[in-house]
Order: sequence, then C-alpha cells, then structure tokens
Amino acid sequence: MNPAYLFGVYQPGTTVLHRAWVGAKVGALAVFSLAVVLVRSMPASFGFLAIAVLAAAVARVDLRLLVRSLRPVLVVAVIFAALQWLLYGPVKAAETLVDLLALALAAIVVSSTTPVNAMLDALIRWIRPLRRVGVDPERVALTVGLAIQALPGTVALAIETRDAARARGVRHPRAFLSPFVIRVVARAHETGDALHARGIGDD
Amino acid sequence: MARIELDSASVTAPGADGDLTILEPTTRTLTEQRIGVIGANGSGKSTLVRLLNGLVSPSTGRVLVDGLDVARQGAAVRRRVGFCFTDPAAQLVMPTCVEDVELSLRRSVRDAGERRRRALEVLDRYGLAAQADLSVHSLSGGQRQLLALAGVLATGPSVLIADEPTTLLDLANTRRVADVLFGLEQQLVLVTHDLELVRRCERVLVVERARVRYDGPADAAVADYLSTVPG
Amino acid sequence: MTMAETPASPEVTSAAPRRRSTATDVALVAAFAALIAACTVIGGVPVGGAGVDITLQTFGVLLAGCVLGAARGFLAVVVYLVLGAIGLPVFAGHTGGLSAFTGVSAGYLWSFPVAALLAGFLVQYVFRARRTRAAFVFVAAMAGTALNHACGIVGMKLYLDSTWEQAIKFDAPFWVGDIVKALLVAIVAAEVHRAFPRLLGR
Repeated sequence: MNPAYLFGVYQPGTTVLHRAWVGAKVGALAVFSLAVVLVRSMPASFGFLAIAVLAAAVARVDLRLLVRSLRPVLVVAVIFAALQWLLYGPVKAAETLVDLLALALAAIVVSSTTPVNAMLDALIRWIRPLRRVGVDPERVALTVGLAIQALPGTVALAIETRDAARARGVRHPRAFLSPFVIRVVARAHETGDALHARGIGDD
Repeated sequence: MARIELDSASVTAPGADGDLTILEPTTRTLTEQRIGVIGANGSGKSTLVRLLNGLVSPSTGRVLVDGLDVARQGAAVRRRVGFCFTDPAAQLVMPTCVEDVELSLRRSVRDAGERRRRALEVLDRYGLAAQADLSVHSLSGGQRQLLALAGVLATGPSVLIADEPTTLLDLANTRRVADVLFGLEQQLVLVTHDLELVRRCERVLVVERARVRYDGPADAAVADYLSTVPG
Repeated sequence: MTMAETPASPEVTSAAPRRRSTATDVALVAAFAALIAACTVIGGVPVGGAGVDITLQTFGVLLAGCVLGAARGFLAVVVYLVLGAIGLPVFAGHTGGLSAFTGVSAGYLWSFPVAALLAGFLVQYVFRARRTRAAFVFVAAMAGTALNHACGIVGMKLYLDSTWEQAIKFDAPFWVGDIVKALLVAIVAAEVHRAFPRLLGR
C-alpha cells in the first residue's frame, strides 16, 4: 500500500483557511450545512454555492483533488437531480443539484485545509467534557491512532487474501472474506496482548 | 534478580471433546539472570511464559513474581515484567518511533515535555535516535524489533520476557537484537528456536507435550532437546 | 488430550484461556474500524454470476456488530466514521472528509453505528449460543439493514425535500445488494464465532 494513501485529502498550505482554528471551520461547516438543507429557494441555493466556491478559491483547493473528491458526490447528485426533473420539473432538479454541490464543496474545503492530526487533536479536546459520563479521551485517542496504524496493513491483508482465493480459482466472496476477517481478529488479539503486556488497560 | 515462582500452575482450555491440557501442573523457581525456554511449536512454551505476566491466567495453582500474585496483582506485576513478542508489527501501535516509546511512559511520566525527553533518551540508547520522528512503517525488521524492545524497556522493568524475538529476523539483525538482550542488567526469560542463542543462558527449560521435560544447564538441555527431534 | 495430539498452529495459542482485557477490546475496535475502511476501499466484489458489483461498506459495518457485539461493534463503526471525518480516504470512491456527512446519502452514514448496535445486540443477547449458525445471524443483520434503510429514507426526504413515497422509491433499488451483504455477514460472522468461541463470551 502506498503510504501517500494515508495523507487523505489534506493539502499543505498557508492560506487564511489553513491557519484558521479547526473548531471555527467545523462549526461553520455545520451551520452552513444546516442552512442549505433548511432554506429552500432557488436564489438562496446559488448564494450558498457562491459562498462555497469563494471558500474553495481562498483555500486554493487543487483542481485535481476537487474533481476526485467531488466525483462520487456528483454522480449521486446528478442521478437524484434527473429523478427530480422527471417528478417535479427542472426548477426543483436544479435546486437539488446546486444544493448538493455547495454542501460537498464546503466540506472538501474544510477537509483539505485541516491536517489529519489537527482534526484528531481537536476531536480529543472536544470530547474531554464527556469524561464525566465515562469516556476516556486518552483511550479514544489510542483507539483512533491504532485504527489509523492498522489501515494500510488491513487493506494489504484484504487484497492478499482476495488474490489467494483468486489464485485457487475461487470466485465466491465468502472464500476470501472469512479467512480475511479471521486473520483480522487473530491479529487484533496479538495487538491486544502487546498492549496489555505494556500495562495499557490496567489503569 | 527477581524471583519468579510457579506453584503447580497449569493451563487448560475448553475443547470440542473435553478440556485441552496446554500446560500440565508445573512447579519451578526461577532466579537466574538468563533463562532460556526451548521446545517444539505448540509444546506449551509460549503459554508458560505468558503466565509470567498475566497474559494467560493459570487454571490451577499460582504464579508469583517477587511475591506478587500474577492473577490478583496483575497491574503491579506488569510494571515489573516486560514482554517482547515475535512480530514487531503487532506491538508497535503509534505512528512514529518517539510516540511509540512515549506511550509506554504515559503512566510513569505525567509531564509531556519530560516524557518526550525521556523517550528520545531511550531511543538513543538503542541506536534509534536518527529514526525518532520517522514512521514505524519505514523501519527495517531489525529496527522495528529494537524499537519494540525500547518501548518495553523504557519503563525499567526488572524482568524481560522475550517470545521468539529473533524468529522473523535475518542473521545480522538477530545478532543486534541478541546483543541488546544479553547486554541487559535485567533478568531475561528468552523463548527461542535459536540453539546458538540459548547456549548463552545459564539455565534452560525444555518444554515438550505441555510439560517441562528437562531443566538445567544450557549444553545438557540442548542435547536433551535434540534427542527428542526425530531424524 | 494434550497438546501433542493437536497440530501446531496459531489457533493453539488463541485457544488458551485469556482474561478479557480492555487492551484486547481497544485492539478489536481499532481493527474493525480499519476492516470497514478496507472493505469500502478495495471496491466492488462481484456477486454471483450477475456481474453486479457492490461495495462492502455495509458488510463491514454489520459484520462489526455481529462479530464484536453491541458495544464494541458500535464503537468500531464510530471510529471508522471518525477516520473519514478527520480526512482519511476511507469512504466509498476513495474519498474522505466531511462531505459524506452532509450529502444526500448522509442518513445512511449517520445510522451505521446504530445499525451495528442493533445487529450486535441481537447476536449477543438474544441469539447468544446460536450465533454460530448463519440463519440466526442473518436475522440480526437484516434488522440492522432495515434500520439503515429507514434512516437513509429520512435523510433523503430531508435533503431532497421530496415526499415519503419518493424517498422510499429512491431507496428501493439498494435492497437487493444489501440483502446479499447481510447473507455474507451471516456466513462470515458465524464462521468467526466458531473460530473464536470466546469473542462474545463472558
């Protein structure tokens, strides 16, 4: 697995949006999304899209990344817009398409200007108040960190097991899924033992 | 040296047709500095050493380390007994080398700056200072195992258990890891298939079919083990 | 019977009685979060001879519930969503970030943890020892699937401002693939429970 895989959609940069506080960015995105879903009017939809495009320009989001990230969202949006054209006519369809585009664009701007580590640190800070209801932020950080560590290995394991099944001429997904999942569980037990031996989980 | 006592400790597991005996009742007192454990795959030697820090609980009997009951005072025992596994990939859990060592120090050193300083010191001791900020995925197999050892030794345990730590390594890396292991002041319990390494131990247990069949000096133990291997 | 009669294999070690530790729970939750990600990103798997490719995202989600039980399954899915939310490319089409949480199919995504929780609850507390039989796990997986679709419909109704009837029609085509995936979950989870009988034991 290419290690670049782990960099995700973040793009290093020094724009205002790169330097902005993570909490403000995520908060703004939440408010923006809510507004797009709640306000139903054609002019408003284009207004929202204009805001999102402006944000993407300010953040200097790479066009290739934009296309790659937008593609799956766009496919779904176009299908739904087409359905709505048939059902309710072109106006409604256009509104839906513009709304979905604005939502996706705004989210990509936040993700592409915020490093994975900064997002993770912010998340751990936000859940600190949950300590009172039994959530241990350090354990959450450890679990998320472990999952990130396990990502490339797990993808490699999935591909390896699938290829092994294909090499034996087995086409049924079950032939590779069961061995794959069993290996994941066995490896997790080993990791659990290693954590346990290092005294993690004793506290 | 620490004092490790097995007092008729046995391990059984429920199987399809009744209980499986994984380790028959075993009574031993281990006080030597370097103790080797050899035996065939599946003989029960991994289970034997896993008893020593509570990864496996005895079905009957007791296991004590310096008088502490492993089953009841597990956390206190694990602070004294470090454990190094065969596959470094399973035990390295943080993204960078220095962070992985810091994870071990998390409980003993509260201050983050101090923790980083101590972690860098530990890395330096095992020749990994230059790799401190690198991803653990970018290390060679030998470096990974050294890092896993560094992570375990960072907290200063008085006993180190190593379960086939060199099985996945090439000859050069096996020597590097072995030099670290045999250079330790701490008590070492080493499970291995490497008969050259086991000859450097003062006392060697040979495990076969869920029981300790020989217990004594290395040369005699190796001779005994070889006599059980057909061909 | 002693170890001598059993073939040497990693399963021998995993059969040894181990204490249920929080460290193992943490490792399992993390491993299944990564597993759901892997299932999603390795892309389509051909099902049968029909040539219909499906992504395995919901397979991973329901499997986490059916294998790990309610609490750990729920947490594994939450960690998976966190991986995507912080920007790792673990969602369908090799994307990540917050766009999946605000899109038209967001209702499906938000309901994943609860779907895993429901399926896991049924396997862990209702079917208990029968979890090694695929038919029972299938019922649990289908309950999770139904919940997932219900939330997806609500999401589409909100985002598209459509009627309930339309939202249900939009959702309908996805059922076929999801029933196949629930079947796969049932077969695989039952096999995992046979291989690791203590995974949900106490």
